[in-house]
Amino acid sequence: MNRPANIPASTCRDAPILKERGQREVFCGLTGIIWLHRKMQDAFFLVVGSRTCAHLLQSAAGVMIFAEPRFGTAILEETDLAGLADANDELDREVARLLSRRPDIKQLFLVGSCPSEVIKLDLARAAERLTQIHAPHVRVLNYSGSGIETTFTQGEDACLASMVPVLPGTEDRELLLVGALPDVVEDQAVDLLTKMGIGPIHVLPAPRSADAPGIGPNTVFACLQPFLGDTAAALERRGARMIQAPFPFGEEGTTLWLKAIADEFGVDDATFDAVTAAPRARARTAIANASEHLRGKSIFFLPDSQLEIPLARFLTRECGMVAVEIGQPFIHKGLVGPDLDLIPAGPTISEGQDVEKQLDRVRAARPDLTVCGLGLANPLEAEGLTTKWAIELVFTPVHFYDQAGDLAGLFSRPLRRRALLKLEERA
Amino acid sequence: MKLTVWTYEGPPHVGAMRVATAMKGLHYVLHAPQGDTYADLLFTMIERRNHRPPVSYTTFEGRDLGEDTAGLFKRACQDAYDRFKPQALIVGASCTAELIQDDPGGLAETMNLPVPVIALELPSYQRKENFGTDETFYQLVKALAGPVEKTPHITANLIGPLALGFRHRDDIEEVKALLEEMGIGINVVAPFDATPHDLTRLGAAHINILMYPEHAETAARHMERTLGIPFTKTVPIGVGATHDFVAEVARICGVEPKKDLSRLRQPWWSKSVDSTYLTGKRVFLFGDATHVQTAARIARDEMGFEVIGLGCYNREFARPIRQLAKEFGLEALITDDYLEVEKAIEDAAPEMILGTQMERHIGKRLGIPCAVISAPVHVQDFPARYSPQMGWEGANVIFDTWIHPLVMGLEEHLLAMFREDFEFHDEAGASHHGGHAPRAVEGGQPPVSEADSPRSISESKTDMPAPVETGTDVMVWLADAERELKKIPFFVRGKAKRNTEKFAAERGVTEISVDTLYEAKAHYAR
Ligand code: SF4
Repeated sequence: MNRPANIPASTCRDAPILKERGQREVFCGLTGIIWLHRKMQDAFFLVVGSRTCAHLLQSAAGVMIFAEPRFGTAILEETDLAGLADANDELDREVARLLSRRPDIKQLFLVGSCPSEVIKLDLARAAERLTQIHAPHVRVLNYSGSGIETTFTQGEDACLASMVPVLPGTEDRELLLVGALPDVVEDQAVDLLTKMGIGPIHVLPAPRSADAPGIGPNTVFACLQPFLGDTAAALERRGARMIQAPFPFGEEGTTLWLKAIADEFGVDDATFDAVTAAPRARARTAIANASEHLRGKSIFFLPDSQLEIPLARFLTRECGMVAVEIGQPFIHKGLVGPDLDLIPAGPTISEGQDVEKQLDRVRAARPDLTVCGLGLANPLEAEGLTTKWAIELVFTPVHFYDQAGDLAGLFSRPLRRRALLKLEERA
Repeated sequence: MKLTVWTYEGPPHVGAMRVATAMKGLHYVLHAPQGDTYADLLFTMIERRNHRPPVSYTTFEGRDLGEDTAGLFKRACQDAYDRFKPQALIVGASCTAELIQDDPGGLAETMNLPVPVIALELPSYQRKENFGTDETFYQLVKALAGPVEKTPHITANLIGPLALGFRHRDDIEEVKALLEEMGIGINVVAPFDATPHDLTRLGAAHINILMYPEHAETAARHMERTLGIPFTKTVPIGVGATHDFVAEVARICGVEPKKDLSRLRQPWWSKSVDSTYLTGKRVFLFGDATHVQTAARIARDEMGFEVIGLGCYNREFARPIRQLAKEFGLEALITDDYLEVEKAIEDAAPEMILGTQMERHIGKRLGIPCAVISAPVHVQDFPARYSPQMGWEGANVIFDTWIHPLVMGLEEHLLAMFREDFEFHDEAGASHHGGHAPRAVEGGQPPVSEADSPRSISESKTDMPAPVETGTDVMVWLADAERELKKIPFFVRGKAKRNTEKFAAERGVTEISVDTLYEAKAHYAR
């Protein structure tokens, strides 16, 4: 009874993928710092980059201006470009200054950018060197958030993957949840699983470095987000095993995700149902209410957050929408395969982007709702299309049962708004 | 290498985008990685533009680097031309592309496109956004504007207004009105809404109105030199400056300085008795040089404020700002380091800040009211209503905007008088700002309000930086004195506290009593 009711005969798993290469309209991986720095409370993210990188972070952070956030950009200057030795000295000096000013920092991430990568500034070496200098108080790690290597949410993947090699080892059988979610949803997930008798449960990233989870051959893990491919691979290299499932969006996604873990831990059906029945019912009611305006409406996903395939599964199967095109920056079937399995064949599945051509397809299809980045939303609205900006999906609690209604609501609000407004002159 | 948290200016190619996006019929091909496309949102979200910026990004990736990024650039150029059919193209590199040295200008030249292609050299590792706006506009003018026959009637070009500017849209209308009153027509407004073809007609004007020196001074000087068009030096923001502007234009053009003052209300609003409470308000000014310069004069001469600090973030204009500060008996703060500005404001403890969106956040943290006078801008700086800064209506708008964050005249006295009334207590803030109580000044951390963190993904309560050393740890406030301090209205309490502590420290007093408080008050009384 916890199996999906209607597994389609022909699914998107085997649908041909439209691969596009052209102009992309997506943030780079630096953007992840905006939410990661809030989640990891003793970490500082130091981007080694240009004024553009600093400006991107500031623009993406929008109204989130704090006295001194736990991120910053070491802006490369002319002299740094002239000699790498000097750039390394400069970096050491900036880091020393930063750490002496912020004694609360226990983990420092050196985040690579396009400029640092093009000039081949070796941040891995720098991180090793700086770890030695500042041990044991501070551990320095590095990852790339550059736009030539990563898109938008891939930055979180790169960050988490960089932490895996230094996680302590353990032989214990433990469950690891992977992904930086708002505390409220993380707590819900842990609570549901704990009630089934599953444990101990750890989360990567931990809020503080002292609570970093152990990892080993008896660790099993489940990803909370569909963009954590490199992290999953790194965990597997440490002997851990991944539990595959659709992602926990909506009632069905959450149930299947929980069920996969429950099966791994031998939870019986009665227990599973006892724990999930009430929140499942709540989620169904909430979705039914929120999806009233979504039924029968068409939706077009431009590639952005990497959540597109799991969300399309939720919106088509639980909210009655019809997907026209589901675009993702890149498609990792090892992660989104179970979601693709549930989407009936029909929509175009596209990977990568050639934005002008894709917009031509949007204009031709005239979907009821277009999911896109912030740069495209208002221009498409001005063309009479209704849009939902994708970045909100990453910043808002949308996972698990009790947020399923909110998730549907994020998509229905623009449609409801369009229906509500009477702004045209009436004869 | 310089550690930066928040920046006043973006990179220079964003400046070029501001010029391109303001114009019509121009397209910008930018050699840049995908993440740089974030800049589109500045225009579509902050400025609420209903179209995409006319920018094609080549969005090269890591795997392209060893291969043919130059070919990628040429394809992007050709595609952009074929699709958008612009009257002219500008081409350039972002910070990353500058490093791979593909020479977009040279590449585009080899393509023989049937329209003018203007190459931009914007050194990303040395210069910033305002350099980008000024240089891009200059290059466009240099390439496109040649000598043409003057218009038979006296006409002016309005130069400098562009995309993402602070109230540029409405300033244009005000300046047009001022000129119209003198019988001067408009030849071209640029870059705002101008086409490349319009730029070829710049030479037909008799005068250039340099609205924003930050964005068009180089072009103005170029046109003066090559086309013989004089340009204005006065920026008409404020009553006095607008009078001076009219006089300057009249002198240059040899016309009557006619003006219609029927819409100008600011002088009476400022003279009326309710404004008495503005007298001597201590204000701190920070922003771009042009807006700070004009605001300083308004603050002193037209509002009756006391300017206690001023500065700008654009170093290119450091000299005039230093000069201005000297006139005010101050030391100018020339920096683009947000933390330095915050420190200076905290030390000066003004009653009000006139600044940018950055200073608005500083004000929020320090509990000091702030009105925005300059870019960098945020979505609320693009109001739906008509809201210029220049000209007569601009003077009216500025009066309203600046007093809005303040507690109003009589209300100030009532708050002081009934400060212990539990419903009327001073921390409620100005009555016209529902629920926006400035934070209590003494000690503690700035509360992270809902508005600050709608996207906060962590609800942790432990996420507070270590307490800030206030410098009061060696000083003890006796209970009586502390109670007395609380009776002082919040908008002067911080100052009173600091003054008292300074007074006590200078006298080696370590315990502050009610007497110390009032002795300090008497000492600092002006
Ligand atoms: S795309 Fe590259 S240069 Fe641009 S902001 Fe991202 S890391 Fe910086």
